[in-house]
Amino acid sequence: VTWTDAIFLLPETILSIGASLLLIAPVVGGRRSDRAAKWAMLLLLAVTALTLLICSRVVVSPNIEQTRGFAAMFALDSFSIFFKMLFIGVMGMITLLSDDFLAEGRYSVWEYYSLLAFALTGMMFMASGMSLITIYIGLELLSLSSYVLAGYYKKEEKSTEAAMKYFILGAVSSGILLYGISLIYGVCGSMNLLDVANATSTLISNDALVFGIMLLGAGLCFKIAAVPFHVWTPDVYVGAPTPIAAFLSTASKAAAFSVFARVFYVGLHDFSVDWSNVLAVIAALSMIVGNLGAITQNNVKRMMAYSSIAHAGYGLLGIISLSRLGINGILLYTLVYAFANLGIWATILMMRRHEYAGEQIDDFEGLARRAPFWSFAMVIFLLSLGGIPPTAGFIGKYYLFAAAVQAGYGWLAIIAVLMSAVSMFYYLRLVVAMYLKEGKDAEVAITLPLRVVVTACLVVTLLFGLLPSPLVNQVARSAKNTADRALPTAHAGR
Amino acid sequence: MGIGILNWVTYIPLIGALVIVFFIGKDKHKAIRYTATAVALVDFLASLYLWFNFDPKATGSHMWQFYEKYDWIPSLGVKYEFGIDGIALLLILLTTFMGVIGVVCSYSAIEHRQKEYYVLLLLLQTGMIGTFCALDFFLFYVFWEIMLVPMYFIIGIWGGPRKLYAAIKFFLYTLAGSVLMLLSILGLYFFNSSGIPLLNIKGLGNAATFSVLQMHEIGHLIPPQLQIWLFAGFFFGFAIKVPMFPFHTWLPDAHVEAPTAGSIILAAVLLKMGTYGFVRFALPILPDATRAWLPWVAGLAIIGIIYGALVSLVQKDMKKLVAYSSVSHLGFVMLGMFALNPMGLRGSVLQMINHGISTGALFLLVGIIYERRHTRMISEYGGLAKQMPMYATIFLIAALSSMGLPALNGFIGEFVILLGVANASIVYASLASVGIVLGAAYLLWLYQRVFWGPLDNPANRNLLDVNRRELITLLPLVALMIWIGIAPSTFFDKIEVPVDYIVRKVDPHYFDAKPMMATTKPASARAAVVAVAEAAK
Repeated sequence: VTWTDAIFLLPETILSIGASLLLIAPVVGGRRSDRAAKWAMLLLLAVTALTLLICSRVVVSPNIEQTRGFAAMFALDSFSIFFKMLFIGVMGMITLLSDDFLAEGRYSVWEYYSLLAFALTGMMFMASGMSLITIYIGLELLSLSSYVLAGYYKKEEKSTEAAMKYFILGAVSSGILLYGISLIYGVCGSMNLLDVANATSTLISNDALVFGIMLLGAGLCFKIAAVPFHVWTPDVYVGAPTPIAAFLSTASKAAAFSVFARVFYVGLHDFSVDWSNVLAVIAALSMIVGNLGAITQNNVKRMMAYSSIAHAGYGLLGIISLSRLGINGILLYTLVYAFANLGIWATILMMRRHEYAGEQIDDFEGLARRAPFWSFAMVIFLLSLGGIPPTAGFIGKYYLFAAAVQAGYGWLAIIAVLMSAVSMFYYLRLVVAMYLKEGKDAEVAITLPLRVVVTACLVVTLLFGLLPSPLVNQVARSAKNTADRALPTAHAGR
Repeated sequence: MGIGILNWVTYIPLIGALVIVFFIGKDKHKAIRYTATAVALVDFLASLYLWFNFDPKATGSHMWQFYEKYDWIPSLGVKYEFGIDGIALLLILLTTFMGVIGVVCSYSAIEHRQKEYYVLLLLLQTGMIGTFCALDFFLFYVFWEIMLVPMYFIIGIWGGPRKLYAAIKFFLYTLAGSVLMLLSILGLYFFNSSGIPLLNIKGLGNAATFSVLQMHEIGHLIPPQLQIWLFAGFFFGFAIKVPMFPFHTWLPDAHVEAPTAGSIILAAVLLKMGTYGFVRFALPILPDATRAWLPWVAGLAIIGIIYGALVSLVQKDMKKLVAYSSVSHLGFVMLGMFALNPMGLRGSVLQMINHGISTGALFLLVGIIYERRHTRMISEYGGLAKQMPMYATIFLIAALSSMGLPALNGFIGEFVILLGVANASIVYASLASVGIVLGAAYLLWLYQRVFWGPLDNPANRNLLDVNRRELITLLPLVALMIWIGIAPSTFFDKIEVPVDYIVRKVDPHYFDAKPMMATTKPASARAAVVAVAEAAK
């Protein structure tokens, strides 16, 4: 470890110091300082983002070797920078979303943000992890923070139940993941993805390794909520405070996808024959179970949970196809999906009155009359999730569908497109409630932070839907190095 | 390069919609209506510019006129490519024309949430025109999907009692078809560029593009086995939209529940998207598959013709009757198209326009009586001819045009289609002609029950005849029926070049193999007219 290595970690270092400071701030400032917590968190995020930008300018170079520090265990390459920026942006939005329910003063504010900041640290490690152990530690940091956050309504039974479920299942899945990692280590003699890639390239077949890959995949599938590792999702989304549900369905998922992409593209691409068909079945099941499950839900949060299961399936198309289109699709889709989702969660928050009130689809009836702008934004977000142009969601879905077709998974592509048509059925249920039914006159709590979030999400969703070029190009640049590892020049055509 | 006329025609309604959204208050109903009317009129005038500046003789790459091309998503090879041939020209004019009528006929029918209504109507128009203009598959798909959303709202908000069911059925059916079409588009895209190695599909290695014209060039190179699959995707996308039997079940629901203007636009333009899709994409790009699928498509078309007519015969609801008659008429359009000869295709394209005008007029007429009586049940009426003579006269003309009486537009379309079909297969033609007889039956029977007989329902005693505004919407339609009926060559001339182009794409040797046809070809449109005139005597 040298001093230059420290630069790689500078954003994470600052972030974790900041997270610790958030924790001790109320001791110094007392309870009255609660209002400052949000600003402190936003400031911390801004500083982290800035440091990240500066460090990336210093570190990123055309020479891929120079973007790795700590004996190539940690990479600050364009791939991880893309995800880190996404995480920070999403986390900023989550902070704005949290303002409302924390302001009620029933739950401690500073610890909440501190936990969020630690979760972010974990995610940033995941995005940068070049070694399975780095990835595992980042994942655990994220998971432990999430367990606590899911139970943050500690006076509510549902929230505690959610946290408990999430914790127990999460702990088991971590164990499975770790077991998978140990098997891979046993076969390859290294935790480092590059060494794993080298080792696997000389292996013809190896049952222990395949077993290890399956276990590793299962652990990650738990995180992205893919079938059959999805059962926790609806309960946790419903029980957890709404901003935390938003966090779990966007940032946490994006982090898991960054790991998925990195591990399978960089480390395990030579064994794709062994894992791609299994993942294809998981993807198909996720799309089917998620979309069909969502149809019958009357609780919006539950519906969004099933929809997020389905979207995990779409995301997996990008892993399975193992192509440039595929990895670009993952980056694009996580971003597009995160923004559409955040917009919807913000609207759900606006409808919220006490802990769980205002979350039924019926509660949205007649919203178009009372809040025309919000309803319009909601329609755009829902269309984006459904992949209808001219929203950004279509561009994301286009990439993933195209990747599946190109990789020869015709049957999977057919399931994917038909299921995305099915998904419009339940997304439209919300539209029906908002526009086509006369409302009960429930009040809505439109606050400035929510307005900021929805406007930002709307701009992103529409802008990248109509003019996708800048985003598409950025994604291609960010994914290039990771894709190059998996697709050496021999397969350049793919 | 400035913004071309096609873009203006496409986006004038959008601009108008935005103006209404941002500058006109929710309660200023008159201002909203008049602005919407003005926008629709300006758009119609702009499309007339296309009509007068269109060169029907231009061939080759010049066939695509008012052509524009910009980069959109360069890394995917997606271009913003606009251009029209004669077929698209006619359909665009139909769209803008029906757009004006749709706006004007809604004045009294739509009473609540007027602002949203007219905004959606205008947005829908942008989507429809864009679909006809797009020469890039990606762009086409975007417009194709954009159309769905406004129509969904129009049915869902201002529809009848079962509007929610009808709206969602319409949306999901069409969406399911169009996503399958997207897969076929992707298949074409990869075939043109890198291929799909894992399915043993070797690509051509061209630069990645979604250009429709490029696909027209490479269509015949696609191995037949792959073509059949790609055709399947397009077939589902378009056949649901047409709608062909057995994918038609969304149509009666959507038509019956939609407000009058929604029905008119649905019948006149949206259904044509499906047939247009076949003409523009499926046929010229996938010639082998077209021939392979021909018996199936033709069979379904004939079933549609007869089934649609039989079901119309037993309807108790006028609007439902007209809706099912669409299934029958669109069967003719499909059958004529799959005759795969210039005559059949010509008739097919003209019949698209005819159906838009006649069925549009019938929906408009049903809407007028519904506004007065709030029922569409045939049994509620009788003897209206005495009470509403003008209405009865126009209804008669529209019905006669729809059933194909000589000297009106429907006859020309059906006759030319049957000529073409008979040329290809006499069996198909004789089966299809059953549909014409049935068509006359259900329309005349409808007319008899509604307009003749004693005026015995007291509720009908005080019905007012058509007013001036309604007359303004009806008379242009009647004029068009007669115009196309007696001078169809104005319209045939516009589509001659693109029709021959498509026939040549489907069968490159069509004109070589039959030297007789080749020599008579330039006059064949006129020949059809002569034949029509003689038959009329």
